[in-house]
Amino acid sequence: MNPQELLLWVRGTGLQLATAVCVLGMTYRLLHLALLGRKKNLAEARGSEWGPGLRTMWRRSFVLPELSARGKFTVVAGYTFHFGFFITLLFLSQHIAMLRAVLGFGWPALPHSAIEIAAILTLAAMIALLVHRYMDPVKRMLSGFEDYLTWLLTFLPLLSGFMLLHGIGPAYTQMLTLHLLSVELLLIAIPFTKLAHMLTTFSARWYNGAFAGYKGVKA
Amino acid sequence: MTTSLQGGINRMMEQIDGPIATFFSSCVHCGLCADACLFYTETQNPKYTPIHKLEPMRRLWQQEFTFWGKLMSRLGLSKPVTDAELAAWEPLVYDSCTMCGRCSLACPVGNDIVYMVRKMREGMVVSGHAPDDIKGATQRAIELGGPMGITFATLQAHIKHAEKETGLTIPVDQIGADYMMVLSSAEIADFSEIIPAVTRIFDHAKVSWTFASDGFEGTNSGMQLGSSDLAAELVGRLVKAAERLKVKYVISPECGHAYTALRWEGPNLIGRPYPFKVVHIIELLDELRAAGRLRTEGMDDTRLTFHDPCQMVRRGGVVEQPRKLLKQVASNFVEMPNPGVQNWCCGGGGGVSAIERAEPLRQVAFKRKKSQLDAINVNTIVTSCSNCRNVLQDGLEHYHMPQQVVGLTELIAEHLAEKK
Amino acid sequence: MKDHDTLEHRLTQQGISRRSFLKFCTAMASLMALPPGTAPAIAAALAQAKRPSVIWLSFQECTGCTESLTRSHSPTLESLIFDMISLDYHHTLQAASGFAAEKSREDAMKDFYGKYLLLVDGSIPTKDNGIYSTIAGRTNLDLLQEAAKGAAAIVAVGSCAAFGGLPMAKPNPTGAAPVSDLIKDKPIINISGCPPIPSVITGVLAHYLTFGELPALDELGRPKAFYGETIHDRCYRRPFYDQGKFAKTFDDEGARNGWCLYELGCKGPTTHNACATTKWNGGAGFPIEAGHGCLGCSEPNFWDAGSFYTPLAAPTSNIGAIAGAAALAGAAAAVALSAADRAKKKSLQQTHEKLTVKDISN
Repeated sequence: MNPQELLLWVRGTGLQLATAVCVLGMTYRLLHLALLGRKKNLAEARGSEWGPGLRTMWRRSFVLPELSARGKFTVVAGYTFHFGFFITLLFLSQHIAMLRAVLGFGWPALPHSAIEIAAILTLAAMIALLVHRYMDPVKRMLSGFEDYLTWLLTFLPLLSGFMLLHGIGPAYTQMLTLHLLSVELLLIAIPFTKLAHMLTTFSARWYNGAFAGYKGVKA
Repeated sequence: MTTSLQGGINRMMEQIDGPIATFFSSCVHCGLCADACLFYTETQNPKYTPIHKLEPMRRLWQQEFTFWGKLMSRLGLSKPVTDAELAAWEPLVYDSCTMCGRCSLACPVGNDIVYMVRKMREGMVVSGHAPDDIKGATQRAIELGGPMGITFATLQAHIKHAEKETGLTIPVDQIGADYMMVLSSAEIADFSEIIPAVTRIFDHAKVSWTFASDGFEGTNSGMQLGSSDLAAELVGRLVKAAERLKVKYVISPECGHAYTALRWEGPNLIGRPYPFKVVHIIELLDELRAAGRLRTEGMDDTRLTFHDPCQMVRRGGVVEQPRKLLKQVASNFVEMPNPGVQNWCCGGGGGVSAIERAEPLRQVAFKRKKSQLDAINVNTIVTSCSNCRNVLQDGLEHYHMPQQVVGLTELIAEHLAEKK
Repeated sequence: MKDHDTLEHRLTQQGISRRSFLKFCTAMASLMALPPGTAPAIAAALAQAKRPSVIWLSFQECTGCTESLTRSHSPTLESLIFDMISLDYHHTLQAASGFAAEKSREDAMKDFYGKYLLLVDGSIPTKDNGIYSTIAGRTNLDLLQEAAKGAAAIVAVGSCAAFGGLPMAKPNPTGAAPVSDLIKDKPIINISGCPPIPSVITGVLAHYLTFGELPALDELGRPKAFYGETIHDRCYRRPFYDQGKFAKTFDDEGARNGWCLYELGCKGPTTHNACATTKWNGGAGFPIEAGHGCLGCSEPNFWDAGSFYTPLAAPTSNIGAIAGAAALAGAAAAVALSAADRAKKKSLQQTHEKLTVKDISN
């Protein structure tokens, strides 16, 4: 395979495969979770489930309980990484061009300088989170191979994208191929790992809010 | 049946439902729940991280309910849950979790961790790994009528005493009364002042009520043990008594877990809705207050605070009622830091106060409550859970703190307005 | 006695001054990124070079490569250098036809066996024994294999000969193949492009005449001197790419301001060629200067690399349809497997033995 054929493969078949695995896996997971179901609550309700459930899906993003220094670090670096990642993903003009080709519609891009700042902050936050995961006793105890693997799979698209944009490393063709390959690996890993939280967290928050709401707890 | 590892594993699997699978799917190992748990904050020992307490059940979920995990375990590539592991987890699941639910509010992905701890205990007890003290309490509750071995005869003695003290008649087994009063063992044993207090309040507010000789004790150690089978038996007694007396309401005592067991778990334990409603005594008092049926006089000007019992606020939704009542009788009420749903547990809920070996750890965990109290400098702590009250008194004594602990119902009774 | 067949001699005969010849040599040296000091060496070598015999075979092609070469800014030394080689067969340019034409090819192959250069444009059909393109009743494949045997080296001119080009585009009905797929035992140099830049062709020939060997090649057999950088690397619109300023349509404000054409499908970033520096039509310009993105014509498979007008970032195949099908499959799997999981739980619930007080008695 010559570099052009490889690039063509990752832009075509490879992306189709990765998308298929990701969509199939995530549809399976979400529906499977929903279909596992739960017992009907026979206790008389004091409040409702849907409203508080939906509210918690959104509000839990902002709940910052009393935190220790290590907790604050996790929250600040974690938010930086999540926000930076999505800004880079959704507002880089090249990404919008890609999404427009898939979705049929697009939106205005942010200037490259803004994306640049977001990307650097995201990379820095991710490195800091990795170090913290290894240093902090709680996180270190909770972490296994999967936690480090998913870190790497999330980091690689960011790093290769940054290199691509700045002409660092191999030629554009090869770098674009690597970037797309890293994205495809990430897509494939999503349904099999904790990365699935990107969707299941909303179901989890719904349940959490619904359980509290049913009892009339305003959490 | 006999307790066994396989039995425990099967029981745990029986418990894994959509929410639990969703919660485990969502955990990103961020460790933020540790900051919400007083056993971690006060010891800084990572093993007390709430989600870590569920590790055996998480693996069971992964191996039995996920595509990848099933594949891995069929290939022999996953670590099965062992008896030794469950034994090692017993102190984590029982001694260091009061089921206070603070972690469930802190989790950024929205995992209701305490919901899972409750379900995991189901498997732990069947696997034979539950603390002897809670098992003993449950056994006494089932065989004798209460976790402390209190029988109706003991209550009758208190009733007689209260009738003499108040000059009022305390109704027992009165068919057709509106309310059936239930007490907690701790109240009968340690805080029997509650009996004359409710007697006077109900007389004042003209509430039609009764005790039941076959259903007077609300503490549910079966629930703390984590056995729905045994918890159902205990709650079933109250349901039977309430149905026999045809009451409209059953009053949950000043006891957090009794409230959860009776109000939220009960119908699910017995498998059918109640033909009556359950109200917490504080809810009822506030309703009476709002209806103008509870008139008080005089104000207590002691500097006092309110300790929110976890099962009443975070897991029960009764937050404003005690404050409205308190403000009616206390002029110098101050809130603790993080009041209401974010309040810190006393450290003894969920059966922890019953486990003798957990006592040293519980006193370490109490430092969290101590620092909250140190911040506000009060003379009196009012609460509405007799278990919190016991644990608070223990902790205050342990740390040589001068504060006094008072039950809210008694405080209200002290300020009842004289009859016209 | 001077050799009358040398390049210098023939140039003098044609009235080309040594001064213009040296200028050409300097230009060639810089084009091939050789140190400036090499220009005299090139001149010396070229001056003494003998006219090699060149056989030019055209297969499945459009004659665009030849057009490109002949329409190069005339008169230039590029065209003159062709006088300096002995072009013994080129069926578009030669005067002879029929048997005479074929005879001159056969004579050249015999007379200069092992020494002649073979230039090829167009791809070679291989399906059904190569029947889809024949010359004088013989298939292209046959002609190529025969001519390759005695060739000193083969130059594949244009993307069809180098990479298969348009004839090889899906579904490739003739089984078209590039030279390098068919000939394995000869040095092959690919001068890709649709068409290739004329001075690149002459530059490579000059190099061959000067050094007697092929220039350094990249992994696709292209001379590094011309294909070492991408169009994007040397594009005058590159600063706009770096700033994220992109034309969205061919007539919007961005297009008028000369912003980057990435989003309009420019393949400059992945295309290796010298257009942005050498330019076309005597330096008049190159496609991007005309306001159109690069098509990537000097790269393999450029006809099958998605639309010319979709950006490089866009997928080249249908993602939406596959995602829809995957969602349906996922839903079906979830229904089936959750039924199995629920059945497992149900059987556990049915065999649930009640925990009794005996079980917890010490």
